[in-house]
Amino acid sequence: MSRIGVFICHCGENISATVDVVKVAEEAGKHEGVAYSTDYKYMCSEPGQTIIKQMIKEKGLTGVVVAACSPRMHEPTFRKACSEAGLNPYMCEMANLREHCSWVHDKSDATTKKAIDLVRMLVEKVKFNKPLYPIKVPVTKTALVIGGGIAGIQASLDIANSGHKVVLIEKDPSIGGHMSQLSETFPTLDCSQCILTPRMVEVAQHPNITLMTYSELEKLDGFIGNFKATIRKKAKSIDEKLCTGCGLCTTKCPTKKIPSEFNAGLGFRTAIYVPFPQAVPNKPVIDKENCRYYQQGKCKVCEKVCPTGAIRFNQEDELIEIEVGAVVVATGFNVMEPSEFPEYGYGKYKDVITGLQFERLASASGPTLGEIRRPSDGKIPKKIVFIACAGSRDPAKGIPYCSKICCMYTAKHAMLYQHKVHDGKSYIFYMDIRAGGKNYEEFTRRAIVEDEVNYIRGRVSKVYEENGKLIVKGVDTLLNARPVEIEADMVVLASAAVANPGSEELAQRMHISYDAYNFFSEAHPKLKPVETNTAGIFLAGACQAPKDIPETVSQASGAAAKVAILFSQDELSREPVVAVVNRSAPPVYSTCVGCFMCATACPYQAIGEELITDRKGNVIKKVAKVNPGLCQGCGTCVAFCRSKSIDIQGYSNEQMYTEVMALLNDE
Amino acid sequence: MSEFEPKIVAFVCNWCTYAGADLTGTSRIKYAQNVKIIRFPCTGRIDFMLLLKAFAEGADGIIVSGCHPNDCHYTSGNFHARRRWITFRSLLDFLGIDVRRIQFSWVSAAEGAKWAEIANTTVNNIRELGPYTDYAKVAVHLKKEAKV
Repeated sequence: MSRIGVFICHCGENISATVDVVKVAEEAGKHEGVAYSTDYKYMCSEPGQTIIKQMIKEKGLTGVVVAACSPRMHEPTFRKACSEAGLNPYMCEMANLREHCSWVHDKSDATTKKAIDLVRMLVEKVKFNKPLYPIKVPVTKTALVIGGGIAGIQASLDIANSGHKVVLIEKDPSIGGHMSQLSETFPTLDCSQCILTPRMVEVAQHPNITLMTYSELEKLDGFIGNFKATIRKKAKSIDEKLCTGCGLCTTKCPTKKIPSEFNAGLGFRTAIYVPFPQAVPNKPVIDKENCRYYQQGKCKVCEKVCPTGAIRFNQEDELIEIEVGAVVVATGFNVMEPSEFPEYGYGKYKDVITGLQFERLASASGPTLGEIRRPSDGKIPKKIVFIACAGSRDPAKGIPYCSKICCMYTAKHAMLYQHKVHDGKSYIFYMDIRAGGKNYEEFTRRAIVEDEVNYIRGRVSKVYEENGKLIVKGVDTLLNARPVEIEADMVVLASAAVANPGSEELAQRMHISYDAYNFFSEAHPKLKPVETNTAGIFLAGACQAPKDIPETVSQASGAAAKVAILFSQDELSREPVVAVVNRSAPPVYSTCVGCFMCATACPYQAIGEELITDRKGNVIKKVAKVNPGLCQGCGTCVAFCRSKSIDIQGYSNEQMYTEVMALLNDE
Repeated sequence: MSEFEPKIVAFVCNWCTYAGADLTGTSRIKYAQNVKIIRFPCTGRIDFMLLLKAFAEGADGIIVSGCHPNDCHYTSGNFHARRRWITFRSLLDFLGIDVRRIQFSWVSAAEGAKWAEIANTTVNNIRELGPYTDYAKVAVHLKKEAKV
């Protein structure tokens, strides 16, 4: 027999002004199973809570209903009070008399009656509440960081410095990402390599970081605190332990005309290569698709010249399984292939290049050693046109969003050009100048005022070649809105930042969500910007949306902090509001028929199989089983279940049907 | 009492509509007392048999409301609810249960005013339709049969 206590709160006058609280308490007291009912001015206050605690002990209450404000406000308060008095906290429910009754209705008998109905509904529900206990899951204190750009580097270092182990995987032969390709960074114009490379080295030498380059995530199973990651370590065709990184092989390799990815296609590399001189690790890999030996079966020059005998042509991809407690996804972005813009002539004219290519031209480690020279003839361009928003903010090209970084880097490019080519003239076609950020507006101003970059507000309709010049036809929409034609030597396109190819598959592999443009989705746009919808997986950097370096680094540190918080506990305690498949005595074992409709409905892949066996180990029945570590308690499976075999604790079928019946049976 | 006061049960999710109705309260926007809310973790949890149960127990109208598409706290629960509703609706049509008695809607945690509007419109609509006894009669009959 239930012994339920009902506590009606006046909330000062917030409730009592429109609801006859004394009558509600009186009516509740008459209800079957209610052992005690009272009203008090402030139930949430110390004396209010003391009344509840006292009555739990004095009257031996088995359940508590507090009729006060929204449970979203004070449910934790009252549950805590109950548990302090020795009652299981999940035996306490709240009737929402303030937000859903007194505040939205005028004083009347009908309002009081509604309050009585709501209290009765919760009293009946509590009768079916069961004591619940927090779910404990262990935590593996190793983090997996996917992507070795600045986001991944920062996240790895922060996690490692908080004393936890990190496995950092990078798909390319070296870490560094896009940031290592940049010449200078806005708004300070300090050299990108100079600030990045020390961090790359730190990653390689950190005792808590295991660096795995040329590796990709193959599979991710498990749940928060307990993931199992399978990593494909691609064959580098060298023995990393023996290789000293002397580089002799790369100088002797006969295949020399492969466009260098690091130089954005402006320079060449060999088939056995180190992507760039400051690479970490500074050891070469063989690009099988371009290697003469792998393609034609003959060559092996590198093997002949290698002084330590480190070349291994028979090396194969390795699959490595690791256990991790958290994952930070920092896979970065890509730039849009501007060949989608036939009007700008990219791909047709050699001197129409992308922003990333310009970075390489301006970089001291680039193909021209930092001199701005035309790719076609190596001449220094005297007139250069930058086209901002090449793809971005253009729904017709499928990218309605703003790539965010282009305004700033285009201003930087124009500045770098003016600093290097003193008699040159630079023009920027733009839609708007978006320079939100610390010192950003001042930076673009500097480009306009000090470096005399010509900003033209308008779009470019066409770029074509005539007498060795690139004719840029556009429009100046300010003042008298007139057409503009510039005879340029070089055109730079600020092409849109897009999601990395393969993002979709990667997201599916990790069971995280992604948006219409394949950027990964955060759990909440405002309050959970680094979490994903899958607990234990966090986001850092431009894989979530285009962003600049300071923002990326902050987000990476944020993700690292989230991982550190997770790892500060030995086991995780989770709300026991989870689904459970019923089990009963033989010969039924469970009413579950094993149709697994629930598994198809579950957004968290929390439902697996369980084989019920007899003593000899023969399988009697296959039923569904909920992993309480993964289940978030939405209850979609419950509504799906055809045999009513799965139920959610705290919102069980029994409880919900009771609520409906109690609410409507007001006699 | 001259006017018919319909009984309306609202089945809402905890994260959007329940919070939205909280906001209605915090903003002191008034609506009719007839609407009473039952809290679910997600619209995906709402087994539509519960709706029939509510009619059987004497409800005159029902509101089902949750997060807007793509805003579900659990990613996809509201999509399941929507799909279920589409199937359920055609089933009701087939059975001859008046579909107009169920209001299916999305109310976010920021739409306090919208919640009040939906509550009031539903009350007015149901008031026009009059008391709903058809299904309750069937239910009573079924109950008797079950006892025999």
